[in-house]
Amino acid sequence: MTMPDTITPGEKKLKVVGTRPVRPDGVPKVTGLARFGADYSLPGMLWGKILRSPHAHARIRSIDTSQAQALPGVKAVMTAADLPEQKFEYVGAERVAVNFWHMTRGIMAREKALFEGHAVAAVAAISKTVADEALQLIKVDYEVLPHVINIEQAMQPDAPLLFEDMITRGVEPAPDKPSNISKRIEFKIGDIEAGFAAADKIVENTFRTAPVHQGYIEPQACLARFDADGQAELWASSQGHFVIRALTSRLVGMEVGNLRVHPAEIGGGFGGKNVPYVEPVALVLSRKAGHPVKIVLSRDEVFKACGPAAGSLMTVKIGITKDGKIVAADGVFSFQAGAFPTSPVMNACMCSFSPYDIANVRSVGYDVVSNRPKTAAYRAPGSPLSAYAVESTMDMAAASIGMDPLQFRLKNVAKPGTPTVSGPKHTHEGFAETIRALLQNPAYSTPLGKNQGRGVAVGYWFNNGGESSANVHVNEDGTVVVATGSADLSGTRASMAMMAAETLGIDYDKVRAIVADTGSIGFCGISAGSRTTFATGIAVVQACRKVIDELRARAAMIWDAKVEDVVWEDGCARRAGKGAGEVETLPIKAIAAKRTVTGGPVSAEVSVNAGGVAPGFAAEFCDVEVDPETGAVKVLRFVAAQDVGRAIHPALVEGQIQGGVSQGIGWALNEEYIYDDAGRLVNAGFLDYRIPVASDLPRIEAVLVEVPNPNHPFGAKGVGEANIVPSLAAVSNAVSRAIGRRMTELPMSPPKVLHALGSQRGS
Amino acid sequence: MAKQHVATTINGDAVEFLCETHQTLLDVLRDELGLTGTKEGCGTGDCGACSVTIDGRLVCSCLVLGVEAAGKSIQTIEGMAAGTQLHPLQRKFLEHAALQCGICTPGILIAARSLLERNPDPTEEEIRLWLAGNLCRCTGYNKIVDAVLDAAREMRGE
Ligand code: FES
Ligand code: FES
Repeated sequence: MTMPDTITPGEKKLKVVGTRPVRPDGVPKVTGLARFGADYSLPGMLWGKILRSPHAHARIRSIDTSQAQALPGVKAVMTAADLPEQKFEYVGAERVAVNFWHMTRGIMAREKALFEGHAVAAVAAISKTVADEALQLIKVDYEVLPHVINIEQAMQPDAPLLFEDMITRGVEPAPDKPSNISKRIEFKIGDIEAGFAAADKIVENTFRTAPVHQGYIEPQACLARFDADGQAELWASSQGHFVIRALTSRLVGMEVGNLRVHPAEIGGGFGGKNVPYVEPVALVLSRKAGHPVKIVLSRDEVFKACGPAAGSLMTVKIGITKDGKIVAADGVFSFQAGAFPTSPVMNACMCSFSPYDIANVRSVGYDVVSNRPKTAAYRAPGSPLSAYAVESTMDMAAASIGMDPLQFRLKNVAKPGTPTVSGPKHTHEGFAETIRALLQNPAYSTPLGKNQGRGVAVGYWFNNGGESSANVHVNEDGTVVVATGSADLSGTRASMAMMAAETLGIDYDKVRAIVADTGSIGFCGISAGSRTTFATGIAVVQACRKVIDELRARAAMIWDAKVEDVVWEDGCARRAGKGAGEVETLPIKAIAAKRTVTGGPVSAEVSVNAGGVAPGFAAEFCDVEVDPETGAVKVLRFVAAQDVGRAIHPALVEGQIQGGVSQGIGWALNEEYIYDDAGRLVNAGFLDYRIPVASDLPRIEAVLVEVPNPNHPFGAKGVGEANIVPSLAAVSNAVSRAIGRRMTELPMSPPKVLHALGSQRGS
Repeated sequence: MAKQHVATTINGDAVEFLCETHQTLLDVLRDELGLTGTKEGCGTGDCGACSVTIDGRLVCSCLVLGVEAAGKSIQTIEGMAAGTQLHPLQRKFLEHAALQCGICTPGILIAARSLLERNPDPTEEEIRLWLAGNLCRCTGYNKIVDAVLDAAREMRGE
């Protein structure tokens, strides 16, 4: 039997998909036995530690490691000289382009230290204590240079330059002077001048946001073993061990085939563990020392040196007619990339106005370097920022004509066929349905009290597909192992097992899903871009279908029938056509038992490059109360509706939404990188960089909207990221409405709220 | 400097170890004794991932020295289940999907057990306040609170 490509509701009753079973990796995670990045050890293991620049910007004249090298117990010392030089070129699609010349300098500084915390050398020693002592014996001769932290200052023509030869890309003709602006990008549809000329009202504002950290609780950690024959193994927590293998082998200068990477459990990533930080250092130290080397970063190092999300400066202008139709939109988004180019500003430009049907749109982006750690991806990278600026401006526009802000969005929402600013037309449903689901939420019409405000916002994220591999093996007793190469950040092993059980027609607890290392399965991209359940899920289902075909063939052999006369139903082969009803059905267990006489083990591996991605869309509202005495904001209620396509495991999906929203609340209210005049981060710890704690947050109501993606066997869309996109703006709009003043800066810390209240009183 | 010899009790068993005087209890548990279920998120007492109890008192093991364990009774996550019998909190965390990445989970379970020992019938607000020292970046705490409420209910025999 060939299975339909998509199972739509009503067509076939789903037995496993849509239920909430316990995840297969659950028990070791509640008993403390699961092994995360820092939990691996090997005999003879050394501890690696990294020396970091105390200066925001300094030329490195020389590094003297001789005394450290001579300290008893020190087995290896390295500097950037131990890493091969890389070619200066941007490789890959522009949106995610990588420049290894920059990346190797990010791993370890060469000519200059570009931010406080920039790695300059590393040691491996027999204990943490000896390693710490050795770091103090390394002498670095720095020439301290003027630095620049603030984005507006970094964009000035006379700003201190991080790279004396950096000419802005994407400007014609090319500028004749270097600057800190790495590139300019522009997207445009229609005619914005004509659009604004036709508007009855134009609203415009400028917004600023501070860089924030992903805040994963597990610091970067890995264990490396480099053997004398040039082969190496790594145990690392990352969002994708294949990508860690690709980048690390290139940075270290070894063949991909000589490096095997094992996926440790990962204690949170949110985009921050898409790229290596410690892995190349541990490998080089291990190569030099001839012993395994473990590196575990401190929280201070995580904040100072492992990519926060970009900060931004954004101006958005929107023109509307008096009945609430948006006729033109213009956005200029400048993002802090940190010390090396490539912030997610291109994503921001592309996502910014994508929820809407607007004929005339322009999005301009600037990527700006400054003396801060290089930014890394953070949940829907770029989109929450542009959404903050756009959705705040939309709120002003709706208010200017006295229209309900959700109705305003519904009136202008994009549909299949609506062009996006970057060219392609929307092809999927789900946006309007999500806004309607929020409008229908009973809490949306509850009355508000004094000093309270309700804010709404919507958000768009591309989601992703791409390369994934899965192996499905039928064990000797008919149970099944599903192996994929996708790092499991939050329970995707459960989703994989569920999709396999559903496809094979067997019970969930007969399927075990594992994450295989780079030596044990075909390539899988990173678990990022909300791609795993979609793309790796497709590979799993396709592998199951191959296994079903094989099981039918085995049954046909046992029955001496034609394979076309064997169908697969509820985990059993059944004789159909000629001879139907004459024999008992053959369950998977019985076929497995006969495998040796029917052709041997039954398994299938499938690798895909999954297309047919459907974007993510979320609509949210929140109620806040502002304390007029202290400026403190309390979030009273949060309701988040998201189009998830089909929730494979609804509890895990709700968790994604609740987690994304709580990060958005932290971004909006508390979190920021704070620097002193010397360019040093002053709040590099969880005490002063305060992420939301349990008592800060209300219940977060997750509303699952299911508009299936026809290109996934069960209709799944990515669910991990769209949820955070509207949250910043929803909170800001709520605070703005509560105090009757437009907030234009994140975080909305109490002093800023008091300031806004003060200027209101003064006026 | 010579290492110190320390005799203590961990999860009910007599344990002896050698440690440097500046080593934290967290480092001793993880690096010397191989009890890696207790996690390090910050090393400064701000995240709760390293929560253990010492003589029944909830502490951050990153703020306690290894030598301070002498003569005390320490409970870690590895001792929470009775053999293969999960503690109700552990079971409820699984049933409610109260963990995503799971790095905060051992610390939160230890802290929640401590709460329920003192207050078998906490309100949602009491749970949120008690767990305010345990950071979770993944879940937004919703399902954690649900799991603790449900476990408390079960442990009260309701
Ligand atoms: S590691 Fe002890 S509180 Fe964070
Ligand atoms: S589950 Fe990841 S930090 Fe709590």
